Order: sequence, then structure tokens, then C-alpha cells
Amino acid sequence: MGDHHHGPAKGLSRWLFTTNHKDIGTMYLWFSFAMFILGGTFAMIIRAELFQPGMQLVEPGFFNQMTTLHGLVMVFGAIMPSFVGLANWLIPMMIGAPDMALPRMNNWSFWILPPGFLMLASTLFMEGGAPAFGWTFYAPLSTTYAAPSVTFFIFAIHVLGISSIMGSINIIATIMNMRAPGMTYMKMPLFVWTWFITAFLLVAVMPVLAGAVTMMLMDIHFGTSFFSAAGGGDPVLFQHIFWFFGHPEVYIIILPAFGVVSQVIPAFSRKPLFGYASMVYATAAIAILSFVVWAHHMYTVGMPVAGELFFMYATMLIAVPTGVKVFNWVSTMWRGALSFETPMLFSIGFLVLFTIGGFTGLMLSIAPADFQYHDTYFVVAHFHYVMVAGAVFSMTSAVYFWLPKWTGRMYNETMGKVHFWISFVGFNVTFFPQHFVGLAGMPRRVPDYALQFADFNMMSSIGAFVYGASQIMFLYNVIATIVSGEKVSDEQVWDGAEGLEWTLPTPAPYHTFEVPPKIDATPAHG
Amino acid sequence: MLRLSRNPSADTAMKLAAVACAMFAFVFVVMVPLYDVLCDALGINGKTSGVAYTAVPAAVDTSREVKIQFIATNNDGMPWGFRPQVTELTVHPGAATDTIFFAENPTQLPMIAQAIPSVTPSRAAGYFHKTECFCFDQQPLEGLASTEMPLQFVVDQDLPKDIRTITLSYTLFDVTTMAGGTIAAR
Amino acid sequence: MSIKKSLMNAGAVLSALPFAALAQNQVNMSPGVTKVGAEIYDLHMLIMIICIVIGIGVFGVMLYSIVYHRKSKGFEPSQFHESTKVEIAWTVVPFLILIGMAVPATSTLLEVYDNDDAELDILVTGHQWKWRYEYLNADGENVSFFSNLATPQEEIYNSEAKGEHYLLEVDEPLVIPVDTKVRFLITANDVIHSWWVPEIAVKRDAIPGFINEAWSKVEQEGIYRGQCTELCGSYHGFMPIVVHAVSQDEFQGWMSAKRADKEAQVAASSVDLSLEALMTEGESVYNTSCLACHGAQGEGGVGKAIAGSSIAMGDLGVHLDVGIKGVAGTAMQAFGAQLSDVEMAAVITYQRNAFGNNTGDVVQPSDVAQHKQG
Repeated sequence: MGDHHHGPAKGLSRWLFTTNHKDIGTMYLWFSFAMFILGGTFAMIIRAELFQPGMQLVEPGFFNQMTTLHGLVMVFGAIMPSFVGLANWLIPMMIGAPDMALPRMNNWSFWILPPGFLMLASTLFMEGGAPAFGWTFYAPLSTTYAAPSVTFFIFAIHVLGISSIMGSINIIATIMNMRAPGMTYMKMPLFVWTWFITAFLLVAVMPVLAGAVTMMLMDIHFGTSFFSAAGGGDPVLFQHIFWFFGHPEVYIIILPAFGVVSQVIPAFSRKPLFGYASMVYATAAIAILSFVVWAHHMYTVGMPVAGELFFMYATMLIAVPTGVKVFNWVSTMWRGALSFETPMLFSIGFLVLFTIGGFTGLMLSIAPADFQYHDTYFVVAHFHYVMVAGAVFSMTSAVYFWLPKWTGRMYNETMGKVHFWISFVGFNVTFFPQHFVGLAGMPRRVPDYALQFADFNMMSSIGAFVYGASQIMFLYNVIATIVSGEKVSDEQVWDGAEGLEWTLPTPAPYHTFEVPPKIDATPAHG
Repeated sequence: MLRLSRNPSADTAMKLAAVACAMFAFVFVVMVPLYDVLCDALGINGKTSGVAYTAVPAAVDTSREVKIQFIATNNDGMPWGFRPQVTELTVHPGAATDTIFFAENPTQLPMIAQAIPSVTPSRAAGYFHKTECFCFDQQPLEGLASTEMPLQFVVDQDLPKDIRTITLSYTLFDVTTMAGGTIAAR
Repeated sequence: MSIKKSLMNAGAVLSALPFAALAQNQVNMSPGVTKVGAEIYDLHMLIMIICIVIGIGVFGVMLYSIVYHRKSKGFEPSQFHESTKVEIAWTVVPFLILIGMAVPATSTLLEVYDNDDAELDILVTGHQWKWRYEYLNADGENVSFFSNLATPQEEIYNSEAKGEHYLLEVDEPLVIPVDTKVRFLITANDVIHSWWVPEIAVKRDAIPGFINEAWSKVEQEGIYRGQCTELCGSYHGFMPIVVHAVSQDEFQGWMSAKRADKEAQVAASSVDLSLEALMTEGESVYNTSCLACHGAQGEGGVGKAIAGSSIAMGDLGVHLDVGIKGVAGTAMQAFGAQLSDVEMAAVITYQRNAFGNNTGDVVQPSDVAQHKQG
């Protein structure tokens, strides 16, 4: 454990050896932002190539490397670590704990991430290029037909997986053992609840991903035939294993986002969350259902019709708990006293756009219709509505919401609002037209396209450049806040915010809750 | 409750680490074999059994006819000639039927091939029994040699009534470099 | 039924309104030219409209709150929360709506899976990066050919204006008769591909070593275009599908011509050709089969350079070997089965004499046939 009675160590060693949850949270957040910029750069290259029909900037092979790395970096480098960073900062403060349960492991789980991504990024400079088989890396394209760099990709995935598992174990151990006296499970803020459930999902499915890449490694180097028909294996088995990981993975990404929004909306509605208990149950229901719906990503592989029907019905069922969540948020706003500071704007943006993504998700769950949607831009539009407008918007909302508590300084509200509106418009200009080109027949992961898709693609690219550029404004605003933001005068920061973290001094001191707080007999959320 | 450590957090962590390890093992010892079992049982992907069917067939059901189609394809880089003697047959469920596939190695080097069967509709896979098949073993062939490869099969009497056509496809893979007896055909 | 239809029309108009300026752009799924395709389209519209209606409700409530329940307007927050009745309602009602969706979805799915009793069977094989079609005839005399992208590289690399069917045109389309239940048996030669033609409502993955099936009964003559929809390597975006649906008579005529062609090809391989004829034929074969990887000037790319190559300028036997059998573990495929002996002879001759490789070698179809024999 770190020294509890002094401030942080000086210089580089503070960051290298820190076991402080706030330091580690900060590093996770900065790292994920760097990855967000990197993955965003890949996206800009993709959109630049797709600006017009014809090949202009890059070769088709390199284009595939870009789509692959964009997906991997955004999912494993930007979104997941950013929420782990948020968990590190907030969970101890929200449950009245002095730190994470296992601080040394916490340090390790962060510090193995950068080398992992360095290994992944280095494949760009290897002979044969970086992985070019999509972030879903279907065999045999990712085994027999892959560039030699695939081995480095496999090890990078292992490292990221181990980091995530360690991070999740820490979060579960913290929530189970470090709650302040009186902080019962059903009094925990929803952000803690959603992360609690997410962490269990991670512990359950990251090893499955590790298993899948280990099988790839064995097929490539040790002559096994898990995924090769020639030796009695089956490439479709890869897809089953991948999506057994992959579907819970998308909930791993979105559940903490639900948690953030469930904190922000009540705060700016000045009204308790409508149904706390039903939110907890809905989250758990979504998590459990996520294990029995994986094959809806594979409707076209030729499953028996009974399998198709099972996965279609199970997938449609997810709409019920998801609907419960959306209705809950809307009812929380209903007859509140709403104000629209930047965090609230991003949360409302999340709510609107995530709901649209949910609707397209419901459409995609219908197996016969999916035969026309599968692997088109309709799917690309769908998952960007839930990943970007879902996870990234909620993450942005979280940063604006808690930044004043973390730094003791207020961000520039006007610039924050401008950032929101540019993001919101840019995002929709980018991804809404992709529904149209998808329905009209444009497949995903193509570097070039037929002429009838040209107008919407150009629109999409312009939107993407705008959305990309707006993130620079975000970065500037955050740095300006840290360096020279106006000092927060009110320790509470937001008048409607509830929860233990807001009872702390502002900025939150290096060590907090060394003496556990007293928890009110009445639950904080009403 | 089992305690692994006196520190409650370390205890939780160890239990969770055990869960993670168990999930890793789960992929290898449960998912892969389970998938094979399900494939055999439900015919996912049209996989058929890799061992000879030995049950004694019941009476031939002459009231029904089923069309059996044969397809032969070569995988990437396989230079052999490979084709069925007949492209389709009409059989009665329960009747054992023989047919032949031809293979020819046009190169001057000895090679080893493995034929991988696949049946569509996949629902029929569990009712299509091979009593003898060249796909059960690897097929070595000297350079410039050719061979006839036998197949004997029975269509189960319990084949759902709505299935009237079964397509049996073989894909021929070059396993010369993989061979050495380590690859068991499933 | 008519209410549903008019609702759908209203929905279609609504969804198209803001984009009137982009009228030439298709914004919705095509109902296509098959019964199943039309059913899928109806299903898609039905669910989309249900979603839009629910969306209007949810967003309406939200918007009302945003406009009227503002702190800046001095609205006093209510502190209500938790209502079992409301919560049961918003769990049960969506569930019932879902059942309403599942019923038509199930019946359409069962129809999609009814592959039996086809009148024509076509084996579709995905290759990196082209499709092969084989018409399975009961007499064993199958007709087969490869279908390559026909868009010239000049259009792709912007040195020439792009044609109307840019990237959606092939050298030899799949021809099928209308009003006939055609069954597609789908597999792959190397990696996973996916065969999709939106208007005939077929999408199925092509998986190496396994066979999949799908069917279509096209009701209208015409040309229908589609693409590969599963990432299959560098040129995934460049392996289109073109289907010509023709009358039954026209189809029979086409099939007989194809069979005659096949015999003519066998005859042609015993005739020797002039260097000039081989070079002309060789250039066109090169452009469809080699250029994507080896470059317009033989400068290389995914594949090795051919200009000045030790293979193209060295031992003829090795060159033929590479062309016929491919190079294991690389993107260089075995073209022996894909090209006729005439085409192979022509392209080898072309490679040995173009791009400054002036070896002067002339390879005849009979040389190729002999080499194949060993």
C-alpha cells in the first residue's frame, strides 16, 4: 500500500510505481484518450479513402489494416480502458473506500497496457503489414492467410486480456470488500452496480477470447486444426467462440456507459432516478441474456433453422430490459427541473442516439431481415450508434461531470456546449447516411464502392472530419481546465448531484475516506 | 465458504482468478468438444460422422425416394483431378448404396489428400450414414497415379419427410505437408 | 392489410422526405424481384415503422420535458419515483409487441429455409477474389466458369471516367431462368466469402470445406448486381456478382452455347497460335487474372514484380509450374483449373514478352497440356 499520510511522490516514479487509485485512474484516462486519437486517425484515413469512389490515398490491403486497427484500438484501447480509468477514480470515492482493494495489481494492470499496444502498433511496420482481417479476425483469413505479424497481434490480445481481467478482479474485490459500513449493495450508486456486473462479464469472457487466439496460435505454429477443415476442424467454430466472447463484450462496453448516464441525468433533473431497483435488475438481465445470443452475428453461416429461431427470439428479448432502461431515464427527466450543462447535453445525446441504435439493433435481430442487413453499412451505422453515441458520448459526459471534482477547476462551459453540438451534428452526419447506403446494398469493409453510394459517402466523410476535429476542442478544454480553469467555488459543484464523492473536498485530495464515511440510513438515490 | 486467504480482497481475487482460468480451460475442454457433439447431433454446418456407421439397417422404405447429389471440389492449391462417378442418385431410405469418386494426381510427386464431407440441408446430416467412405482416411497417391475411391451410404428411414434432396459435398485438401499420421479425420 | 400497406407507404414517404434533394440515391432496402424478397422488405418496413412510432413516443415525452420542465423556467422538480404499475406495463407491452414481430419473422424465415425441390442447382464457389459458377446437370456434363471483375484498373485508379456500373460489372455473369426455383450451393476455395445479391434476396456465407444452400425464384427478367459481403482479403471490395435473369427459352439457348463452347475449347487447345494472337489474348487474361496483384506494368504489388522477374525470364517449366499450381502459403493461386490451356499459354507468353521481358519465348496450348501431364 502507498504511504497514506503524504502526497504523491515526485517526478516519473510517481507514475511508474503509484498504487493510488486516482493516479492510476488518471493514467488510464490519458492513455485511452491517446488511443482514441490514434484510432480516430485510422478512421480519418478510412473516411478520406472513402470520400470519393476510386482508389486515391491508400492501397486496398492497407485499407484493411486500417479498418482492423481502428476497431481493435477503439474497442480495446480507447473505450475499455477509459471506463476502467473512470472506475478507478470513482468506485472507491462512491463506496467510501480509501483505495482499490489490490493497489499493486492495479499498477500492473495499467502498466502492461502500453507495451501491449506498442506491440500491436509495431505490426504496421512489419513485413506483410499489420493484421488486415477485421477486428473480428475470422479464420482462416486470420490463420492460414494472415501476414506473419498475426503472432504479435495474438500476443497483444493476450496482454490486453490479462490487463482487463486483472482490472476487473480488482473492481469486484473492491466492491465486495471495501464498501463503507452501511453501504449495502442496494445503496450503491448505479455506476458502481453497472461496473460490478461488467467486471463479472469480463472475468467470464476475456479468457474465452484468450482461448480463441491461443487456438489460432496453435493452428498457425503447432500444426493443430481447430479452425481448418483440412484437419477436421471448422472455421465456423472460430466464429462461435469469438462471438461467445464478442457479444458480452459489447455489453461490457455499454453497461458502464449506462451507469454514467444514470448518475448524470438525475443530477441535472434534480430528481431521483425513477426506478433504481429495476435498473439494477435490467442490467443483470442484459448481462445474463448476453451469453445466449451470440450467434445473431452469424445468421448467414448456415445454421439449422432451429438455431436461427432460438437466437432470434433470445436476441429480441434483450429489447425488454433495454427498453426498461430507456423508459427509466425518460421518466427521470419527466417533471424534473432540468438544466443543460455540458454533461447533461452529452447524456441526452447518448439517450437519443443510443435509442436509435437500439431500434436498429432490434431490426437486425430479425433473422430473415438480417439476411439483407448482414455485413452492410447498416450494421456499421448500428454499432457506431451504440459504441460512439453510446459509450463515447457517455464517457465524454462523465469527464465533464467529474472533472471539476477531480481538478477543483471548472471547464469552459461555452466551449463544452459547442463541443457537444459539433459532436452531435458531426456524428449524425457521419453515421445516419450509412443506414441508407447499407440498406441500398453497400457492404462493409470495402475500400471502394459503386457510384450510387457516392453522395452519402462523401457526406459521411465530411461528418467524420467534423466529428474528429471536435475532439481536439475537447482535448484543449480539458487541458485548459487543468492548467488555468476557474477554481470551483462550490464544493458540491453540481447542485443536483448525489453521492459520496460529492461530499469530499474539491479538488478531491490525494487520499480520501481513510476513515470510512457514515452512510445515511436512507438510500442516497431516494 | 471456502477461504483462500486471510485478506478478504486477496481471497476474492484468487477465486476470480480461478474462474478466469476455468473459463480459459472451458474453451478447450468444453466448447470445442461440445461443438463437435452438437454438430454430430444436429448437423450444424452439415458435418457428418467421421466413423463408419455400423448399426444394422432396418427394412428398406420403398415408399419414399430421396435424391442424393454429389459434389467434388478442390481447395486452394490442390491440383488433383477429383470427381464423382455419377452426379446424382435416387435412393430409398434404408437401402445401402455404393458409388465411386475418381481421383488423379497429375503431378510427378507423391501426395496425400484428405476429403472433407459436408451435407446440406444440414438437418439431413444426422440421417445420412456412411458405412464406408474414403473420407475416413487420408488418401495417398503416387505421382501421375489415379484411383477409384469407394463410398457406401444409407439414408436413415427416420429422415424427415420434407427432405427430398440431400447434397453431399467433398472438398479435397492437400495435406501432404501436414500428414505424418498426426491428423485424424473426424 | 391495406392499413399496413398505407402505413408503410407513409413511412417510406416520411423517411425519404428530408432527402428529396438526393432523389437519385436509394435510401431503403429494395423489395427485389422475388416473393421472399418482398416478404423480407415488408417485414423490414413493419419493424422500422413500429420502431419509428415507439421512437416518436419516447422522444416526444423527452422533448416535452426538455421544453417545459426546465429549471430556468422555475419548474419545481417532482420527487416521484418507482411505480410498480408503470414498470410492469413497460415490461409487458414491449414483450407483446415483440411477439407480434416474431410471428411474421418466423414464417418468413421458414420460407427462406425451404430449399427443397429446386429445378436448377448451381454450385457457387468463392475464390480470392472472384466467383466460380458450376451448373450441376443430372447427366454429369456440368458447365462452369469464373466470373471476374470487369472494371478496368484505369477506372479504379481514376485515370479514366468511371462507367455506370463501376465495380458492379463482371466479364461473365451468372445466367438463370426466371420463374424457376434455383438452388445455390455455396462453398469457398480459400477463405470465407459471402454471396449476396440484394434483389434476389440471397445472402449466404461461402465457407471452405463446407457447403451451404440458399434458393431464389426470380419473377422478373433483368440484371441484378451484388457483392461479396464477408471480408476475404485485400480485394474483398472487388469481387462483384452479376446475375442475368432471362426467359426459360433464352436460358436453354445460352446453356447449349456454353456446352458448344466447352467442346470448342478442348479442340482449340490442340491448335498452335501465332505470337501475336497469344499476346493479344494474353493481355486480356493478364488484365482480369493477374493485374490486381502484379500491377498494370508488371511492377508488382500484393504479388511479386513480373517485369524483370527471374521466374518470367527464367526456366519455362518453373514459370508454368507457378502459373498452374500457384505458390503454397501465398496469395498466388493455382490457375491451372481456372484458365483454359489456351488462356494459360497466352498469359505465360504475354508475361515472358511484355514489360520489357523480351525473352521471345512462345508457349502453345499443347505445351501447357503437356506440362500438366508432368
